[in-house]
Parts: sequence; C-alpha cells; structure tokens
Amino acid sequence: MEPVPFVARLFLAWLVYFKVLFDGTFAAKVSALGKGRELAPIEEPKKLASRAKAKEEEEEKVEAKVEAKVEAKVEAKVEAKEPDFSSALQLLSLLQREGRLVDFLEEDIAGAADADIGAAARVVHDGCRKALREHVELVAIREEEEGVKLTLQEGFDAKSVKLTGNVQGKAPFTGSLRHKGWRAKKITLPTAVAGHDAAILAQAELEL
Amino acid sequence: MSAKHAPTYAVGIDLGTTHTALAYAKLPAEGEKPLPVEVLKIPQLVAAGTVESRSLLPSFLYLAHESEGALVLPWDKKRTYAVGEHARSRGVDAPARVVMSAKSWLCHPSIDRRANILPHGAPDDVGKVSPVETSFRFLQHLEEAWDQEVAKGKTDLALGKQSIVLTVPASFDAAARELTTEAAFAAGFEDLTLLEEPQAALYAWLSAKGDSWRKDIKPGEVILVVDVGGGTTDFSVIVAKETNGELSLERVAVGDHILLGGDNMDLLLAHIAEQKLVAAAEAAGKPLELDRWQRTALQHAARVAKEVLLSDGKKDTSQIAIAGKGSKMVGGTLRTELTRAEVASSIVDGFFPMVEASARPAVRPRTGLVEMGLPYAQDPGVTRHLAALLGPKTGEPMQPTRILFNGGVMKSDALRERITACATSWATAAKAPAPKVLDGVDLDLAVAKGAAAYGLARRGKGMRIRGGTARAYYVGIEGAAPAIPGVPPPVTALCVAPLGMEEGTHADITAHLLGVVVGEQVRFRFFGSQSRKTDVAGTSLERWKPEDLTELSPIAITLPAEGRTPGDVVPVSIRATITEVGTLLLEAIPTDKAKKGKGPGGEEERWKLELSVRERE
Repeated sequence: MEPVPFVARLFLAWLVYFKVLFDGTFAAKVSALGKGRELAPIEEPKKLASRAKAKEEEEEKVEAKVEAKVEAKVEAKVEAKEPDFSSALQLLSLLQREGRLVDFLEEDIAGAADADIGAAARVVHDGCRKALREHVELVAIREEEEGVKLTLQEGFDAKSVKLTGNVQGKAPFTGSLRHKGWRAKKITLPTAVAGHDAAILAQAELEL
Repeated sequence: MSAKHAPTYAVGIDLGTTHTALAYAKLPAEGEKPLPVEVLKIPQLVAAGTVESRSLLPSFLYLAHESEGALVLPWDKKRTYAVGEHARSRGVDAPARVVMSAKSWLCHPSIDRRANILPHGAPDDVGKVSPVETSFRFLQHLEEAWDQEVAKGKTDLALGKQSIVLTVPASFDAAARELTTEAAFAAGFEDLTLLEEPQAALYAWLSAKGDSWRKDIKPGEVILVVDVGGGTTDFSVIVAKETNGELSLERVAVGDHILLGGDNMDLLLAHIAEQKLVAAAEAAGKPLELDRWQRTALQHAARVAKEVLLSDGKKDTSQIAIAGKGSKMVGGTLRTELTRAEVASSIVDGFFPMVEASARPAVRPRTGLVEMGLPYAQDPGVTRHLAALLGPKTGEPMQPTRILFNGGVMKSDALRERITACATSWATAAKAPAPKVLDGVDLDLAVAKGAAAYGLARRGKGMRIRGGTARAYYVGIEGAAPAIPGVPPPVTALCVAPLGMEEGTHADITAHLLGVVVGEQVRFRFFGSQSRKTDVAGTSLERWKPEDLTELSPIAITLPAEGRTPGDVVPVSIRATITEVGTLLLEAIPTDKAKKGKGPGGEEERWKLELSVRERE
C-alpha cells in the first residue's frame, strides 16, 4: 500500500476524528481496524481460548466475552469489504470546491511571504468555513468561557471531556476549562449520483 | 377546473429572475386548523456528480456539451442539461452554454419569446431554447424534486395536481403573464393562479403576523412594497380601505418593470475593487489583468462585502481575497479591501440617492442601432423610479404610511434605512406622517411562502388583496384617412380592458367593430397604460400623451375560412376576459350572424386573439 502524504494524513485524521465521535458503527470499524487487521490473526484466537478456559475465574468474564464476539464480528465484516471512504472523499472535494483546501495544503509555503500566505488563507478560511457551516452543525461541548473554573461531578461524560494536567483522585474534579470542545451534532453530505467517481476531488480544467 | 382529484396541498412558487423557490402547506380539511407553510428543499446538481438539497434553486439553465456526458439526477440518468447551482457555477466557466435572466427575456416586448434565442449570443452548436422553454424547465425540475421529496410516486400527490399559485412581477404585462402560464401548463399544472410578487410578500407578512396585523394596518393606510431582487426591482402600492365596516386591501399602483437589482450593485463594487487591484499591481511594477473567473469571484466577494458593510455591524473595511484559477494559491491570490465609505458612496448614494419627491428617472435617448439585448434600466437611481411611481402627473403624490421590504438586496440595513429616510423626507415635505416599516418577513423566501399562504387564504376566509389588472389595455385601429407620404395613418386606441379589471370578469366592446380579413393573419397594434385610470371598456382615444400609453407586442387573429369566403372582411366585436388564472383573454366575436355556425362548441362563435406572437415591427 502507498504511504499517504503527511498533509493528507492530517486531514484524514481530522475527518476520522469527527466520524468516530458521532458514528458508532464507524468507530467500531476503526477500533477493529487497529486491533483487527494486524494483530487479530495472532492474538485474538489466543484471547478467545484463554477466556473460554478461565470461565469460572474472573468476574468480568461476561463482559469480556461480549466484547470479543463484537470484535470478531466486525473483523469479519471489514475483511469482507473495503471500507467505504466515499463520504470522506465527498467532504474533501467539498472543501476543495468551496475553499481550495487541497490546493492550499498541497502547496509548499515554506519560502512564501506571510502576506501571500495570509491572502491565500483568507480564501481557504472563507470557503471552508462556509462549507463547514452548511454541512456540519457544530456545538461546543462546554458552553462556559474558556479559562473559567469548572467542577465535574461523579459520573461526568469522560468521552466528551478529557482531564489533563495533574490527573488524580476521585470526582468531583475542579479545574479550568482549556478548550470548550466541539461536537458535530448533525452532518449532511451531498448525495453522489450514480457513476460519479468520488476520488476526483477537483477536475483538471482545459480552457478552450 | 373540472372534476379532477381534489388537491392535497396549496403550493406557492416564486419563479424569480435569479432564484426559484417553492413553499407548500397541506390544505386543511373542514374544521381543521391550517398547518404552517414549509419550504421545499430542492435537490439539484451543485457540482459535477453531486446532488444537494437547497431551499433556493438558482434560475440558471446549463446546456451541457456532448463531451460531458449525462448530467445525472437521482430521477434521470440521461439528462443533457442542468438547472440550479451547478448551472449557475458553469455560467462562470462556460458562459456561452448557460441561460440566465430568462424571466427578463420573457417580458421583453420586442422579441419572439417562443423562439429559440437563448443563451443570448451562444455559438451555433448550442441547442438554444426559448424563454418559455427555460421557464418550463425550471418548473419541470420543481415537479421532479417535488415527486422525489413529497409525492414519492403517488400520482394524486404530483405537483401538477395541487393548487398552485405562481408569482409574477406586478409589472408583467398581459403577454408575459400569458407566456408564464404557457410554461406552467406545459409542466402539467392543472389548478393554477397567478399572483403578483409584491402582493405575495404582503401575504407572507400577514400570515406571519397572524391576527395581530390589524394593529399595524388601519383603514386609510398606504402600504408601499419595495422588492429589490437580484435582477429586477418591483414596486406596488396597496391601500387599506373600510367597506361596510370590513377592512379590505386594494392594490392601487404598480411600478414599471425595472431591470435593476443586486447584481448591478455587486458588479459596480467588483469594478471598484478591480481598479484598486490594478492600481496596486501597477504601483508594484507588475501590470495585472483579471481573467473572467477572477472577475466573477470578485463579484461574489463584493456581494459579501456589501452585506457586511451595509449591515448594522461596526466593521469599516471588508477584506477581499481572490484566488487564481490554477492550483497555486500562495502568491497567486489577489488581495484588496473595500471600505464602508466606498460602499456607501457607490451603492447607497449611487443606487438609492436622496431625491426630492419630484425627481424622475433620467431617460437617455436610444441610439439608432441598439443591440437586441435586455432593456436594462437607464437610470440606476431606485429612489427616482420610486418617486415616479408615487408622484402622479397631476395632483398630490401618494404618501406611503407603511413600507414592506422584500428581496435579497433589502437584507442590508443601510439600504432599508435609506429608502425609509427618502420616503420620510417626502412625507415631511408634504406635512404627512413618516412611514413605518413592517418587519418580520424572510426576504429570500417571503414570495414563495406568501404565495402558499394565499393559496390557503383563497379557499378560506383569509384576507385577500383586491386590485385587478395593473394596466388598461388598448387595441390600435388605423383610421381611414387619406394617405400622406411620410406621415403614418392616425391610430385610434380602443380600450378593451380597463385598469383594475377583476379576475373572472369580462367586458364586451360592441360599439367599435374591427374588420378581420378571412383566412389571413390580421395583426393589431396593442398598448398598455398604467396611468389612465378612468377609461372604461370601449373608450377610444384619438390622441394621448406618449408617456401614458406604452406599445406592447402586437396581437393577431386568424379567422378560418370555413363557411366564409377567403378575402372577405368580417366585422367582429371584442370580448376581454380576465381569467381565473389571472391572464387576459381577448376574443373576437364575428357579428355577421348570417354566416354563423362553426364556432367551438356550436354556441356563439369566438376566436382567440393571440398575444405576443412575434417581434414588434
């Protein structure tokens, strides 16, 4: 498999980040990708076997079993079919169309003057922001101002709030809000019509 | 309409110059409360191979080159054209293949609007279409979108079976209305009514207010509707009256059809920005010429700058950055800014100058050779056009007491304020109370929503705006005077339909008979007037002021030879009917009863006088 260039990886990571957040099935697939593809053939059977043996020993056995089953299932699915990247490609082509994001990221800006980068960044920012706002409904996870003191009670949602710094002890946790977080509440992507090649992010153009 | 399936929905369609929108509401059953009006999200191609649903469908038609293959839609795999967002963006890349402003062509009096003339100036290999065909394709797209989103294949829910209100500019003449309905009937609409756009905007306001609107509008109130869209400007004056203790609304005046809108303003700003870019580049020793693509991008950026700088915000400058066409962004991007002062002086003062109530639009004499393009407004001063509408030739000008804004351009606070200030200064000079602005309509979607609300209202007891025709119509008859070389024979204008004629009524003109040659097409000159309010059907004018009567496309009739001798002259009387749809129908009734017999249906013989068939000579 060809290695993906860094900028594309950066972008892909960003995309996957959102998708993992709000798409449970996709998240399961990703987790299966990490564990599944490379490690599964060696480790999984062992795990299964050892767990089956240790039936009477551990208390968490039921939970573990379920987890293993789910993983096995997902793994089977993933192996049967290539993951569908068409929605990721669509988002990418949307950001290119509206804000020339791919053009910008693919350009070498190391030697360029800040004023020129700034001018280009305006185009990218205006267009990508418009596209983002039209297609993704974003909400802040915490509505407080960044910097304020905040206390989290026992049972807070650890998936949406990450504790950083001197992490120890038990809830309630008090600290200052460093980042308010983002949640994609809703995403609406265009429908691709039959026969459309999603991998073409921007057509080449020939002016007659 | 005859015994057809009862419609399920009231549908309002705003077939605009730059955007089309559709709103709908379920018709309530007996005793049911009406549901709120919804706006249809219209699936459309937004880029090659990408379909997205949006509440506005840009009124652009793109005729693809064969190399491009099919422009696939979810419901059609073989389509060779596209309407909507993709068509609009192709207008930048391949302008010769994109039809724009079809609606302005539809009301162009001196072209044949059924002829395949669009895109204007396109090369020969583009399969051109007519203005009527273009309108039909927009409606057809709505029909297909409706089928996918609402009807979902159920034939009695199909758009054509619903109760449809289609809006037209108040300034559309009889022929343009006729052609609009022609497109609608071609799209299969069975139950159709036309409604003037400014009235639709007022219906939207009334419906948004519920019953509380009566607090804002009392008898004697004069409501001015100012509708400035992307391509056209349209005004109407509606008066609230009290008859038999009931409040009624009556549309008393409409403005001329002005081809002037937001696009003109954005072009001007883009031009200013371009000059700054070029000057800056020259100062840096790198001469610059913008390409077409950059110019269009500049126009889009100018629109954004206009909205930012003319809204209430505190911003004094708006940055503009335009990327080049190639994949190089850094170094290839042009940057400049527009300031509040520039926008204020060019847009606010240029298009909405503070003028006296007595101001009138400047008319530049036309040169002998005019390109057969669109008749754009010669005076960009919207407020001067407004003063002309309110100020009669004699007597006191009308003083609006309420102003309702509509159209995307009116989103700018500074422009709404300027128009209000101008109208207020006119009121103050006339010692009348200052007008109050009626708020609360969605400037982009009010017309479609208002049309749907009207569709609901006309079935129930909702408030209706009366008004009838906005023009009086006249047939020109050449007098039998001795021919003098170089002097055209005198023409008498015979009023066939008075101003304010209501839907569903007709007038017979029997006093003046017209002679029609059997078996040949006979053409009559045709005129309209928005100012002659006292003429009745049958009034004949020997002479008139040129500004009172506007010549429209001629009308024509062909009396079939059956039962008559070709070449004979048959006297006919004329019946003018304002149909339930809202169009003008002119019919000739032969008065040679002796040779009666071949009439449609066997009863009284009548032949339709066709409007707008050919170019004006």
